[in-house]
Amino acid sequence: MADKVIYAMYDDDDVLKDGAKKLVAKGVKVSEVFSPFPIHGIDPIIGVVHTRLGIMAFIYGLTGLLLATIGMRYFMITDWPMNIGGKPNNTYLENMLAFIPVTFEFTVLCAAHGMALTYFLRNKTLPGLKASNPDPRTTDDRFVVEVRMSQNTQFTDVEMVEMFKQTGIVELDQKDI
Amino acid sequence: MEFKITKKANLLTMILIVVGLVFTAIGIGVEISYNHGGAHLGQRLSGNLLVSSFFFLAIGLGALFFLALQYATETGWYASVKRVIEAITGFVPYGAGLLLVTLLIITLQDGAHIYIWMDSSYTDINSPNYDALIDGKAAYLNKPFFWIRTIVYLFTFVYFERGFRKRSLLEDQVGGTEVHFKNFKTSAIFLVFFAVFSSTSSWDWIMSIDVHWFSTLFGWYVFAGMWCTAMIVMVTVTLYLKKHGYLPNVNESHIHDLGKWTFATSFLWSYLWFSQYMLIWYANIPEEVTYYMTRIQEFKFLYFGMFFVNFAFPMLLLMSRDAKRHAGILTFVGVVVLFGHWIDVYVMVMAGSMGSHAFIGFIEIGVMLAVLGFFIKVILMNLSKAPLTVKNHPFLDESIHHEI
Repeated sequence: MADKVIYAMYDDDDVLKDGAKKLVAKGVKVSEVFSPFPIHGIDPIIGVVHTRLGIMAFIYGLTGLLLATIGMRYFMITDWPMNIGGKPNNTYLENMLAFIPVTFEFTVLCAAHGMALTYFLRNKTLPGLKASNPDPRTTDDRFVVEVRMSQNTQFTDVEMVEMFKQTGIVELDQKDI
Repeated sequence: MEFKITKKANLLTMILIVVGLVFTAIGIGVEISYNHGGAHLGQRLSGNLLVSSFFFLAIGLGALFFLALQYATETGWYASVKRVIEAITGFVPYGAGLLLVTLLIITLQDGAHIYIWMDSSYTDINSPNYDALIDGKAAYLNKPFFWIRTIVYLFTFVYFERGFRKRSLLEDQVGGTEVHFKNFKTSAIFLVFFAVFSSTSSWDWIMSIDVHWFSTLFGWYVFAGMWCTAMIVMVTVTLYLKKHGYLPNVNESHIHDLGKWTFATSFLWSYLWFSQYMLIWYANIPEEVTYYMTRIQEFKFLYFGMFFVNFAFPMLLLMSRDAKRHAGILTFVGVVVLFGHWIDVYVMVMAGSMGSHAFIGFIEIGVMLAVLGFFIKVILMNLSKAPLTVKNHPFLDESIHHEI
């Protein structure tokens, strides 16, 4: 479906925040904001849904914990029991204290790597992927608000551009996709 | 806004103190009538005074450390709750007084079988009690040097506490950044002293009870416990004041941050508990494992129970973001874990001194309640002495707009 996208560029994050507040108050649905750094407090203004990365972190951590437990039980108890410091080595439970640090580290390793990879995948910023930001300057000192006309059918293009112009933008770009 | 102590709060602290004293009196009576005619009374009573005076002084010290940390790192968010922290640090002089009295009582009883190194028969080579290990430590563990150290520690803590409080009230009057930078420097000096003294004082007051045993991790372990309990008291007092309509500048984000500190310091404490336990378990050296042998044989339920409570409760109940902003959950976890840490100090003192004769009865509960009542009373009194919102703090504006 043909859609029209408006990119409004700002040179200050506070101006952008105030502008976004005004637009949202008028009923505009902002689809995305591009910024070189996280803008504090922008999420509730443009209605970003709370991240579910924490749930994934828990699942990755649990995977690490299980893998470490299963692995060490096999290596150290079943396959090749070793006598270290005279400790009983016939059950996992009696030796558990010795395995806790490794289990902890493996949990952290899996959670951290899993989270980082998920983050890159979700944002489509894996190494080698084409950048999806509309203007290279949003990685330097410019801030861009993206609005899709298909999500704002109650406004015409002209009305939308007019509203943006009242919020202190420095540039405005329109694109058909 | 000025804080006024409600009649209800006054009554509650009075009830706590009176019930505590009555329980202690009943306990003393029971001890004299039914337990070897009170032969263990001196040891038991002095031990309990040590448990509770150290536990509550440690909360004040934890808060003092936290306040100094905020000054030294020039933190902004805490400015709205600064008077709450100061009210808790205000217990340090009172706690120091209680501990001094306790240590004096113990010293006058030649250690009361708590600090057995105070008993000269253990260092006398002609005595049947002669203990070569205690004699070997006598250059450090002897009455005069112990008292010199105790007075230096307590004087340092009280001196810095008074200084921080004085300058905080001064800042309300004069403004500017001079007080701020003075606090910045003083807190850095205090943290250096505290780093050494928090360790050595825990060796002197607590670790020397198990006089044969030593652990290099012990100071950090005790320190982590005091930090954790201080954070719990901070968040509880803040919630109490918030509930009564004070502290208008404190929003959900401040509560969330205090909750995070509670969560994090519980982990720090658990981590150090585990580190000390695992290293000694793994190395399995007779002179080290005796410490845990006593605890496992005589205090199995209390020792592992309190570890489970102090670790699992904050971990499971305070993990989510919403729980750290929920007054009910925070208070519940706080009260439970605070009691858990009291058990921790109880086992630290009692396992080494009374061993299998120790149990929680009227004296234990009584002394704890009486000191708790006194502790709450002092905190409320400190809160009512100064406006609850600081003026002229350089980061006050940042704190008011704190949002996470």
